Amino acid sequence: MAKGYHRPAALTPARTHYCPGCGHGIAHRLVAEVIDERGCRERTIGIAPVGCAVIAYDYLDIDMTEAAHGRTPAVATAVKRCNPDKLVFSYQGDGDLAAIGAGEMLHAANRGENFTIIFINNAVYGMTSGQMAPTTLVNMKTATTPLGRNPATEGCPIRVCELLATLGRTVFLARGTLTTPRNVRETKKLIHRAFDVQERGLGFSMVEILSPCPTYWRLRPDEAMKFIETDMVKAFPPGIIKDTSAEVQ
Amino acid sequence: MTEERILITGNEAAGEAAIRAGCRFYFGYPITPQNELTAYMAQHVPEAGGVFIQAESELAAINMCFGAAACGQRTMTSSSSPGVSLKQEGISYCAGAELPVVIINVMRGGPGLGNIEPAQGDYFQATKGGGHGDYRLIVLAPYSVEEFANLTMLAFDLADLYRIPVLLLADGQLGQMMEPCVFRKPPPLELPPKDWALTGAKGRPKRIVRSFFLPAGILAEHCKKLQAKYELIRQREVRFEERDVEEADVVCVAYGTSARICLEAARLAAKSGLRIGLFRPISLWPFPEQPIRRWAERGKKFLAVEMSAGQMVEDVRLTVEGRSPVGFVGRCGGGTPTTAQIIDAARALKKSGDTILSSKKGEAR
Repeated sequence: MAKGYHRPAALTPARTHYCPGCGHGIAHRLVAEVIDERGCRERTIGIAPVGCAVIAYDYLDIDMTEAAHGRTPAVATAVKRCNPDKLVFSYQGDGDLAAIGAGEMLHAANRGENFTIIFINNAVYGMTSGQMAPTTLVNMKTATTPLGRNPATEGCPIRVCELLATLGRTVFLARGTLTTPRNVRETKKLIHRAFDVQERGLGFSMVEILSPCPTYWRLRPDEAMKFIETDMVKAFPPGIIKDTSAEVQ
Repeated sequence: MTEERILITGNEAAGEAAIRAGCRFYFGYPITPQNELTAYMAQHVPEAGGVFIQAESELAAINMCFGAAACGQRTMTSSSSPGVSLKQEGISYCAGAELPVVIINVMRGGPGLGNIEPAQGDYFQATKGGGHGDYRLIVLAPYSVEEFANLTMLAFDLADLYRIPVLLLADGQLGQMMEPCVFRKPPPLELPPKDWALTGAKGRPKRIVRSFFLPAGILAEHCKKLQAKYELIRQREVRFEERDVEEADVVCVAYGTSARICLEAARLAAKSGLRIGLFRPISLWPFPEQPIRRWAERGKKFLAVEMSAGQMVEDVRLTVEGRSPVGFVGRCGGGTPTTAQIIDAARALKKSGDTILSSKKGEAR
């Protein structure tokens, strides 16, 4: 096959509404590439969140549904139970997943639902203009923590992978970044592995992607990428947090 | 096939009816007085090859219904008043995305945690919106175990026919009591193909299930389409029952358990020469406006009887538009009005024609 830059079949030609330097475009493309490489575009169903990626269904050329804010894992649960033979994933931000949807996330994971969450962690609410998220770093300034996140009153960032790792039926939990071409490739591998776990019917899988939000971090795109490497990875160490795929059958 | 007549509780009958109607995806959360329904589904939906999930919350349960309906499956959730309040967000989304979902509310006393006695205090929530935005539900109100079962089966057909959530509004008494029940499937309807359901974009363009329409004007068009559908339902899906209305001195307007008490009141009142008729709305939305208005034009006096502080009575008054008197007997905070209260109020209404009967009198017990 000729090498070169091609638009994955699972990605539409639509121009995204994302800000310059946003990580969603890269993450969308990775998901689309993985779907293409697995040859499963025609049997994949996605669930879009409420947040910046609310219209992910305009960008991904697969069957998709919306979900109410945070209820995404509940919708995904039913979609997968209705379609055990389909590849089902939800695509969620930190507010959707770890704040308003914390209950749905925890219990879908605890039931060992056999779908995959692609979790975009950019430490802020982007769509509503930069408020504190459950994953906002300590001392980080946001629209609702103008003096910086104070652990004494706002708590500490939630490490979602580590939290879910305590549950018996979570199988594959991993965290990647998009900061370098190498890291992008690594993150793509993690998505492949999560989808492998699902296709083998092993149970719940999630890939957390540390993703830049230059707009609400008040940084240039290159500075935002640097911020992930210097600050964000300290709170959210990349790597495979849990993988019991060799044990569960 | 011989008609099978069984003794069963309303809650279990509704569950069995859902399974017979092809519901294979049921999602519930414990709450009294509807627990028998969830337990029935836990046992029998998997036996029928379907999926039962005890959800982590009412929010999750209705959103699981959203997901299953988006995949074109017949799906249901059930709850009681406080739990149905929690479902309102999801119901609004289902209405917006035009997803056929059946919801059962076995009403109990409110507001707040209220109590677990039977009640009808959720009429406003059921018929006037409940969630956000311009939407309607088809709302059906059974008054017997058998009707609870048969309306549940009908609800699935109506949901699929119009791509609309359908709510069954029952109460704790109907849910808990046992009665003989014959399951009668509604006459088969020609249902539209689910050419919008998510099945994987194989050999066709992708499908999107959504209620979100950001560009200016698009949502307005979507809402117009919804309103046109609601107008069609108004014209075609009004359901009601009349008993002895023609000769009545006073016509009770009541649904569900209240209607049963009205029938007993009518029987008792007849002994003293007071003729009480019953107009029983079966569809609470669409509300049977025209038939009630026709009786009002003939000067009938109405007595709305509810297990609430007075909710449906507002629709009766809006329908009657002052043409004839409308009285009210109610009991709020759980429990049922008595036949004596209904007979007293009917007698007073027959004499005075007073449009504003004291509801305090009705509530005292």
